Amino acid sequence: MQDPERGLSLTIARVVQRLQGSSLHSQLERQARVSLHKPEIKLESLKEDIKDFLKTSGWEKKLQNAVYSELNVFPWPCHPAAPPEHIKEPLAYMRKAQGSWEKRILKSLNSMCTELNIPLAQKRPANEQKELLNKWNEMGTDEPDLSLFRPVYAPKDFLEVLMNLRNPNYENGEQPSFRNHLGLIQVPLKVKDIPELKEDFSELGLNIGQLGIDDSAQVPPEFFENEHVRVGQKVLAEQDSAAAQQYVRQGCPTALRADLWALILNISNQPEDILYYEQLKSNVIQHNLLVDSLIYKDVKLTASNDDYYFVFEDYLYQVLLCFSRDTSVLEHFTYSSATPPKSYIQGKLGMEEYAVFYPPNGVIPFHGFSMYVAPLCFLYHEPSKLYQIFREMYVRFFFRLHSISSHPSGIVSLCLLFETLLQTHLPQLFYHLREIGAQPLRISFKWMVRAFSGYLATDQLLLLWDRILGYNSLEILAVLAAAVFAFRAVNLMEVTSLAAAEAVLADLSTLKVMPLLQIFLFATVT
Amino acid sequence: MSVQTIRNVFSVETGYRLSDDQIVNHFPNHYELTRKDLMVKNIKRYRKELEKEGSPLAEKDENGKYIYLDFVPVTFMLPADYNLFVEEFRKNPSSTWIMKPCGKAQGKGIFLINKLSQIKKWSRDSKTSSFVSQSSKEAYVISLYINNPLLIGGKKFDLRLYVLVSTYRPLRCYMYKLGFCRFCTVKYTPSTSELDNMFVHLTNVAIQKHGDDYNHIHGGKWTVSNLRLYLESTRGKEVTNKLFDEIHWIIVQSLKAVAPVMNNDKHCFECYGYDIIIDDKLKPWLIEVNASPSLTSSTANDRILKYNLINDTLNIAVPNGEIPDCKWNKSPPKEVLGNYEVLYDEEMAQSDGTDRDLRGRPGQPTGVKGSRARDSGKPVLTTWK
Repeated sequence: MQDPERGLSLTIARVVQRLQGSSLHSQLERQARVSLHKPEIKLESLKEDIKDFLKTSGWEKKLQNAVYSELNVFPWPCHPAAPPEHIKEPLAYMRKAQGSWEKRILKSLNSMCTELNIPLAQKRPANEQKELLNKWNEMGTDEPDLSLFRPVYAPKDFLEVLMNLRNPNYENGEQPSFRNHLGLIQVPLKVKDIPELKEDFSELGLNIGQLGIDDSAQVPPEFFENEHVRVGQKVLAEQDSAAAQQYVRQGCPTALRADLWALILNISNQPEDILYYEQLKSNVIQHNLLVDSLIYKDVKLTASNDDYYFVFEDYLYQVLLCFSRDTSVLEHFTYSSATPPKSYIQGKLGMEEYAVFYPPNGVIPFHGFSMYVAPLCFLYHEPSKLYQIFREMYVRFFFRLHSISSHPSGIVSLCLLFETLLQTHLPQLFYHLREIGAQPLRISFKWMVRAFSGYLATDQLLLLWDRILGYNSLEILAVLAAAVFAFRAVNLMEVTSLAAAEAVLADLSTLKVMPLLQIFLFATVT
Repeated sequence: MSVQTIRNVFSVETGYRLSDDQIVNHFPNHYELTRKDLMVKNIKRYRKELEKEGSPLAEKDENGKYIYLDFVPVTFMLPADYNLFVEEFRKNPSSTWIMKPCGKAQGKGIFLINKLSQIKKWSRDSKTSSFVSQSSKEAYVISLYINNPLLIGGKKFDLRLYVLVSTYRPLRCYMYKLGFCRFCTVKYTPSTSELDNMFVHLTNVAIQKHGDDYNHIHGGKWTVSNLRLYLESTRGKEVTNKLFDEIHWIIVQSLKAVAPVMNNDKHCFECYGYDIIIDDKLKPWLIEVNASPSLTSSTANDRILKYNLINDTLNIAVPNGEIPDCKWNKSPPKEVLGNYEVLYDEEMAQSDGTDRDLRGRPGQPTGVKGSRARDSGKPVLTTWK
């Protein structure tokens, strides 16, 4: 068993290493040096005085937030001798499955490339660069011919892969029978049950105020809402990430949400961040990537047709095109089970010196990818801030929704959690749906992969994403999916085909997320 | 009933009298509100009257602009006010103005100008117009173009709100909760080269429908609740509430302005389409009021909205699905309101001016509004409690 002391010092060492050399580090140094001129700093007690100064001027808080951010994002080191791939993904068979899935995607991308005879990357001629620069704010009006492009994969292709995941070490000795092969996911991962979820999500309990329930028009605001807003303003004034994360578990008031999320994600939109974004923008202008067309196609197919998000079409291009070129995203691969695809300069196949990651950020977009960005446009209208928020959301949460891993927030665990919850608490419904050939996961998978973006009304979606940030976990997506089925159980019991089941669950736009979650977790008789 | 038919029904020549069980969907002289020139005339008259009686509502600021009643962009009638217009134009020669024919709708005949030469024909002493009599020259209004509209996603939009009036004296009006925003399909640019591109400037769906980028799924329309969510998230709750309060205020004031001249025939009710533009300082401007707002639908969502609109309107105007009796007191019970909510009820405001049954939910009108201190002290502009 891991020695806790050892684990702690390893973590401290890692955090120090990450923050050393960061801009926060140099700012702190500069502040400390400046403080030397202040009268309250005395030579005899230099260290203590500087520490006090940093505390009162709010710099210690910033450091705290940075450390908190690192702890949230990076997993605990399992063992000092663990090789790097264990940090990515401890289970060997999962790593293998992810590897072959990646090979498939890359093959599909390469074949599209050869078929259409378009290079993966190309420098733009000068006049094209100028044109794009002029059009930067209205790329939505561009109508490139995208008919030959297809998305590299869609969620349902990914589901097929997950269904075929098997653990080679797992032999339960039984014949595959009704009792142990109810659902689509067949790997033995540990998932929580309702008592455990109730504990984890205790702030969603019946006797605790929630935005999304206790702020409706029938409830006087003095009961909960006014006080909650006051507390939120205080949290923002203190600029404390950890407090903000705790606070948003009960939901964010709409006016404070943008700032609270930025605080939790530790995004401050410093001049160097804006500069970085501008640099990415100039990369977009100078080079044309094949994935750009995939992004265009995706936006045109999804967000442009969405009642809520069509307005922000141009912002989506501005964010996603830059995202593809952002090499800082490569850092997240140290804790993701995925590996960025490599490509070779023409003619130098296999020679490592000529290998580059393609796309530069290592993430190949799939059908619906742009929906991760769309809801954020309701909160941030300044492109560089919107960009940073999205990037941080991606490297903390969204990447887990389209890679194969055993992480409790990974899509495989979410699927298993969903199926288990449904089987345990709505066995009759589950049995019925299975009998008519409508496996519930086939319907709910797309909701979870997109974190419900595009399926729920935006205000409800934002309340849901509040909780994702607050609990630093995606498990709530599986719980909500099960809660939706529970809500529509009566209608679902009457359908007799997969198509009819899909129809019952086709429109989630009128659902209120928080009451559904609360009832499912805390008010369902088990 | 269409506008033309109403004209016939109420015209003196036909001598047609509506019987007690007949209710029609237009007021006889609705054009006092719905013709662009008459609306402006009535509002200007209303403002002057309030100023004369020393009402606090007519207060002006240091620049001579009305503080509470400046909600219509500076407008002139052409050719009647041509010289006044020229004077105003010369004060800001770089401004843009929008010319609208008084009697047309759906964006027909509208164009923008930024040079006096472009409207030479409307000049009263125009030598080119030789002996054309005034009446045959079509009447136009010219208004200061709002060239700093609030943009969302870089696109310009306007608000279409539905307001039902069941009687003018006492004023009783209802606002439909499900209004919508109409977005232009092309990016907004104030650059003068795009003045002729109607897709950039006019938000009428009738025009946008023919643009290349028109989308038949969402129709370039957003619900008002989306707008509210976006504004609250990006600008804050107080300014958003203030904006919506001001919008309600504008609508009520415009109705009050025409109430004295409206023929308050008890057989009539009317559902108006209000067009409002919000500028980038979050100030709403009343652009026009339509008597026959389009009830056709361009998308599936639209059809549901319009269906419900008609349903709710008829439920309020003709209670209980019974044979109508025009003598009823026009006070429908709360349950039939549907998606309407009471915007202003003069009778209730006067009878229980101190009865504030509103819990403090600014911007979400529930029940009686407009308990505004009309005869005492300053009106509270931002909240209607």
